[in-house]
Amino acid sequence: MSKEKRDLPLSPYRVLDLTNEKGYFCGKILADLGADVIKIEPPEGDPGRDIGPFYHGRQDKEKSLFFFAYNTNKRSITLNIQTHEGQEIFKRLAKTADFVIESFNPGDMDKIGLGYSVLKGVHPRVIMVSITPFGQEGPRKDWKASDIVAIAMGGLSHITGSPDRPPARVSVDQAHAIAGAQGAMGAMIAHYYREATGKGQYVDTSTQESAVLSALTVPQAWDLQRFVWPREGAYMSRARKRVRHLWPCKDGYIAWRLFTGGLGVKTRALVDWMKSQGKAGELADVNWQEMDLLTVPEEKFYHWQELFGKFFKAHTKAELCGEALARGIVLIPASTPKDLLADPQLEARDYWEEVDYPELGTTITYPGALYKSSEIEWEFRRAPLIGEHNREVYEEELGFTKETLTTLKQRGVI
Amino acid sequence: MTAQALEGLKVADFSWYIAGPSIAMWLAHHGAQVIRIESLTRPDELRGIEPFKDGIPGINRSGCYANYNSNKYGMALNLKHPKGLELARKIVCWADVAVENFTPGTMEKKWGLGYEGMKKIRPDIIMLSTSGLGQTGPESQQPGFGLELVSRAGFPHFVGWPDQDAVGVGYPYTDTVSPPIAVIGILAALEYRRRSGKGQYIDLSQHEIAVQHLAPAILDYTANGREGGRMGNHHPDAAPHGAYRCQGENRWCTIAVFNEEEWEAFCKVLGNPAWTQDPKFATVFSRKANEEELDRLVESWTSKLPAEEVMHRMQNAGVAAGVVQSGKDLIEDPQLKHRHHFWYLNHPEMGSCAYDGPPFKLSETPAELRMPAPCLGEHTEYVCTQILGMSDEEFVELLTEGVFE
Repeated sequence: MSKEKRDLPLSPYRVLDLTNEKGYFCGKILADLGADVIKIEPPEGDPGRDIGPFYHGRQDKEKSLFFFAYNTNKRSITLNIQTHEGQEIFKRLAKTADFVIESFNPGDMDKIGLGYSVLKGVHPRVIMVSITPFGQEGPRKDWKASDIVAIAMGGLSHITGSPDRPPARVSVDQAHAIAGAQGAMGAMIAHYYREATGKGQYVDTSTQESAVLSALTVPQAWDLQRFVWPREGAYMSRARKRVRHLWPCKDGYIAWRLFTGGLGVKTRALVDWMKSQGKAGELADVNWQEMDLLTVPEEKFYHWQELFGKFFKAHTKAELCGEALARGIVLIPASTPKDLLADPQLEARDYWEEVDYPELGTTITYPGALYKSSEIEWEFRRAPLIGEHNREVYEEELGFTKETLTTLKQRGVI
Repeated sequence: MTAQALEGLKVADFSWYIAGPSIAMWLAHHGAQVIRIESLTRPDELRGIEPFKDGIPGINRSGCYANYNSNKYGMALNLKHPKGLELARKIVCWADVAVENFTPGTMEKKWGLGYEGMKKIRPDIIMLSTSGLGQTGPESQQPGFGLELVSRAGFPHFVGWPDQDAVGVGYPYTDTVSPPIAVIGILAALEYRRRSGKGQYIDLSQHEIAVQHLAPAILDYTANGREGGRMGNHHPDAAPHGAYRCQGENRWCTIAVFNEEEWEAFCKVLGNPAWTQDPKFATVFSRKANEEELDRLVESWTSKLPAEEVMHRMQNAGVAAGVVQSGKDLIEDPQLKHRHHFWYLNHPEMGSCAYDGPPFKLSETPAELRMPAPCLGEHTEYVCTQILGMSDEEFVELLTEGVFE
């Protein structure tokens, strides 16, 4: 495969990506930014390839949409690093690498002689990033965590879901994506230092801690006020009232909340619209800028919310959002994936990327660039097939003969 | 003090609320010098948001403001004053990086400090604008409240139970997932500048980053036409999988069993009660098919035990399990303590309080949180005289003219 010579921020750099699903996003970010990210998979394929959903629902290591989502722009080689020969080959590759990222259990890389203490001897400039549930040190370093556990231990579940049900999670795994981004941030900070001093280093990333950083000021609320942040579902507590922020409408849900004070004009704008439809009732008489939530009697407040709720129920997302935009009301659709694909703002910003999957005879639409930049022309290559770049890397770069490659394959090394 | 990775990097922080200030904070935690610009007349509204030290509100008492502004120099600057604007231009000239998150276009319209304006002052500047929906497009001017953005990004579709109305994510998740990508973008731009000498403008949409975090579900729709939906705490490949009620008020422990080995270990922890041998729980498929019943049986066991005990017994047997931790649990968490996650910094008005440190440890240049968040205008004099090299006389003159209000 001919690699484009486009000059992206990380074009000169190589990453060896040993991660499983716990760290994919880290390598994807570096790959999207132009680094030559080589995904190193066991000969039977990366375990994350067994995670669904699958293309057309068919479980197949080459059809995991989960794997596809987080492995664009990477190359793939197979290598069994559990074998001595595999380890020696890995060290040769490490000499050419600027970053090594991995997400095995703490100590696993040391056990096979590929820990940071060894790799820095092989290549002092290398930056090694580990992403594990609880980090490399501490009493719980060997504990297991899938998404639900990491999100719970990081304090996010405690504030997610309705009060009358168990604490909830987002059913699309978040912990590993959050931790992957944090790992990439650590890698880039270490990179800045390396370019200034020539020194590599080790980046020990904890998924639990990454989740804590998404839990906003949950720990600070306890530390400063002895306040336990509750889970309130579609409501939030403001001035001793339960202010609703997510509402059912005719064909789904919308996000809206009753603003007062400076933002009271936004509430006014909605009431004006309701008035024009004859649906405002007593809402028409309220001065939303001057209204003090604290002193409004509860009954009255909840009756107001009921009136708004009825109005939303009578309209579709499109009706509500279209009018909201025209009238300056802060009312936002709760998007489904289908809505997102039709989102005019994403469309106008050319957000979606068509990524070509010739083996499947199709293209797949992806969320595109991480951000827009005056200097970056983003490009997206599909996730690699298992060992797709073995020949390129082993023959062309490391100079293995076809015979050596065949022997290594037979011995289960590649 | 150990070496800091970003020593020498200079950052002008024109941002407010959470999504902007977090960006410069990450850089400050690793040694960058950050000037946080505010004004006395219109301080960051985050200063008015809970939690407050001892629950008492005050401009310098917000833990929310504090947590996203440690290690920064706080400067008060009146940009309406021509000499205030002149000083802002000096700061831009000094800076390698400028961060802002006003409504798109504000920096240019109000102060001539959009990217084009900044470039004239400092040609190789790296400027990052972060906003709810990005700098361009028909809805770029819409107010970017994190809570509503999370809904627009699609999260309510994947949270909660199918037999109830959607509950959404009750917090501005976009505010916390977008800053790491912004920091990565800035560092990538610095690398690009190092090689090419060129600065860069970065336009980051918090909405677009949040959508990235749903990528597998998006692909399931674009490739398969499947929209997915709410499934409580269930998982297509695991059972039991959930948050189970434990002894005490609002105490829960999550448990995730993905394979047969974990299932056997799980059953052993429970003491292999008869129901675990029932064929309807023999495989992950059959457990999925009888999941409601399974959940009830699991909960009949967990509800008699403290959540911590459930977690320890499961983890000791090799089963993924974790308490649904509250803020109190996080502050007391032995693992977070061991990793020194929380830093206790002494603030002049708030005293010693907990700040989040980074979730990754750098072996050679570990982050160091040295300064608590600044009181409003705390470092104005320091910034002028020590960082920008202004004479004391000039500082006093500007002060009396109201430039620092």
